[in-house]
Amino acid sequence: MEAVKQGSASVGLRSKTHVVILGLKRSPGELASYQKKLMRIDDHMGIAIAGLMSDARVLSTYMRSEAMKSKLMFDRPLPIYRIVAAIGDKAQVNTQRYGRRPYGVGLLVAGYDDAGPHLFECAPSGNFFDYYAVAIGARSQSAKTYLEKHFESFADASVEELITHGLRALRDTLQQDKELDINNCSIGIVGKGVKYHTIDGEGIQKYLDLLGDGNAAPAAATTATAGAEDTGAVPMDTD
Amino acid sequence: MQMYEEQKSSCPVKVPVECRFSPYTDNGGTTLAIAGDDFCVIAGDTRQSEGYSINSRYAPKVYQLSNGSVLATGGMYADGVTLVKMIEQRLEWYRHAHDKQMSSGALAQMLSTILYHKRMFPYYVWNTLGGLDEDGKGAVYSYDPVGSYEKQKWNCSGSAGHLIQPFLDNQIGFTHQKEKAPLTLERVVQVTKDAFTSATERDIYTGDNLEMFLVTQNGIEKTRVELKKD
Amino acid sequence: MEPATRTQNPVVTGTSVLGIKYKDGIMLAADTLASYGSLARFRDVERLIKVGNTTIIGASGDISDFQYITHLLEKILIKESNTEDGHQLYARHIHEYLGRLMYGRRSKHNPLWNSMVVGGIRDGEGGTFLGFVDLQGTTYEAPTIATGYGAYIAQPILRKAVEGREDTLTEEEAEKVLEDCMRVLFYRDARSINKIQIAKVNASGISISDPRFLDTEWAFAEGIRGYGATD
Repeated sequence: MEAVKQGSASVGLRSKTHVVILGLKRSPGELASYQKKLMRIDDHMGIAIAGLMSDARVLSTYMRSEAMKSKLMFDRPLPIYRIVAAIGDKAQVNTQRYGRRPYGVGLLVAGYDDAGPHLFECAPSGNFFDYYAVAIGARSQSAKTYLEKHFESFADASVEELITHGLRALRDTLQQDKELDINNCSIGIVGKGVKYHTIDGEGIQKYLDLLGDGNAAPAAATTATAGAEDTGAVPMDTD
Repeated sequence: MQMYEEQKSSCPVKVPVECRFSPYTDNGGTTLAIAGDDFCVIAGDTRQSEGYSINSRYAPKVYQLSNGSVLATGGMYADGVTLVKMIEQRLEWYRHAHDKQMSSGALAQMLSTILYHKRMFPYYVWNTLGGLDEDGKGAVYSYDPVGSYEKQKWNCSGSAGHLIQPFLDNQIGFTHQKEKAPLTLERVVQVTKDAFTSATERDIYTGDNLEMFLVTQNGIEKTRVELKKD
Repeated sequence: MEPATRTQNPVVTGTSVLGIKYKDGIMLAADTLASYGSLARFRDVERLIKVGNTTIIGASGDISDFQYITHLLEKILIKESNTEDGHQLYARHIHEYLGRLMYGRRSKHNPLWNSMVVGGIRDGEGGTFLGFVDLQGTTYEAPTIATGYGAYIAQPILRKAVEGREDTLTEEEAEKVLEDCMRVLFYRDARSINKIQIAKVNASGISISDPRFLDTEWAFAEGIRGYGATD
């Protein structure tokens, strides 16, 4: 659980038709690239992570192969609930068996299937929850506070509105002197008639502009180390 | 061995009419692909046959792959379906690993490898792969069932392949001709339609519908033309 | 070394299955005979089954293999319904599964010796589905399907009645053409019987009729040498 809290925040929110997930990316330093926060699982599903990237890769590989099996055997996109439940089962075993450790990663699973849009949180404990909006990772409580205040408007919100709300929530997880920019966040979208895709880099600027308060400048150089200092010396790097 | 003999003779049914199981069948059908300077046309009829029977008048065997290439399969339909599913999985893993689509050239080599890996129990499929290469030029690759392949400008395989290929050599390659007409998309489409309507007259395994994929820089357009149903 | 013994031929077999699309859905027909070679061994075996709430399957070929397949389908359907997540397997998905199953077995040189017709609601979006799967993994969809001898005897009759009329053919017309075909098959297919079932999938769900006898005409036999006529 601690590893999840130390990872930078991820936020997710959904309307009646779409799901948006957002990740706050960290970079270990100016010389390093930003860690990836979002991963595509299939055309109808993507995940945002908080915690150990290496554990996330194990889980995403599992999810990707399950998604492919579903397409192979039944010619049907993998139902979101099922893969989330399967991950829950895997995670639970790790908490129970001697000599194993729990996954050090929290997942937000965004997907769209025959039952509509879904946003799940998967915890290392094996618990999973279906949300209208949720945040995980470092200082995610601030994002949750924002989301709780606004979630009632999400159901009928447009994708653009979801993204703006998501960015505002994500911004609340930042330290005082930090700001969102095109380098430190990424956005994943999936929904009715929309395959899962991400918006990164320059593409994010227009949404940052919509926030309309101090996020106008890309300011890549000045915030390149956003979120890096606060972790200090952590035994295992988390993202 | 003895036990095997006994088991066989303990069956009171003499001379079963069904012969030994064959894992292979031929479902017929014809596929064609032609590469232009900045486009590619891949086509196939939609009839599925078995023996003298028509199984279905619309069982497409030309597939648009997720990387923007088009694969035409002919021969055993079930092997074709399986092969396409295999390829789609490999394309998906490639996309996960590299965050980009596989190029048509890379796919061409991969398909050869996939086919050769089943050298001792082959996919009974004649493949033709069409698309645009990295420079946006039309590209056609044709294969035998065990993975031998060649990059070509035009190709026709399947049950009426031997009828259409020389026609393409003449109309697309202009063999033995003095004048060479420019190879426009419109002309290629017309030649394709003519090839299939004629082949339908002579080959019992070709007919019902013609499905064409027109690949250009702007994307892929799928069109369907009716062929004779007899 | 003893050669690996696998199914190299069917034992107790069912003959043709017919399937058509019609205005309100899908209709299948099959007789109830299970033959042991040329012996009419079991005369009331039901070869049309319901799979979930949207799919029906008719099987010809080896009866035990079909019962095994039925068992597999029951297993996956129970697993499916236990998740209770609002998803279900429609005809298209069942057809795909059977296609993979049959192809997988043929690839191990250990086939399940059946030809099956799968009919029902296509998927969550609605629509109808009529598909075919056989022991080699061959699959296709068509508005009319006939397995075994039916492919030669019934298919031409079905195509004439159905092709281009899938959206106007009434339930009564559909049932009549299937019954007519089953009758012709009974007259001409030596592995058939005059006891049939008809299964339907339409807006009101699935119904599989009880086995019933076909009306047949044998008066002409009196005029045939060997049956009545003596000259």
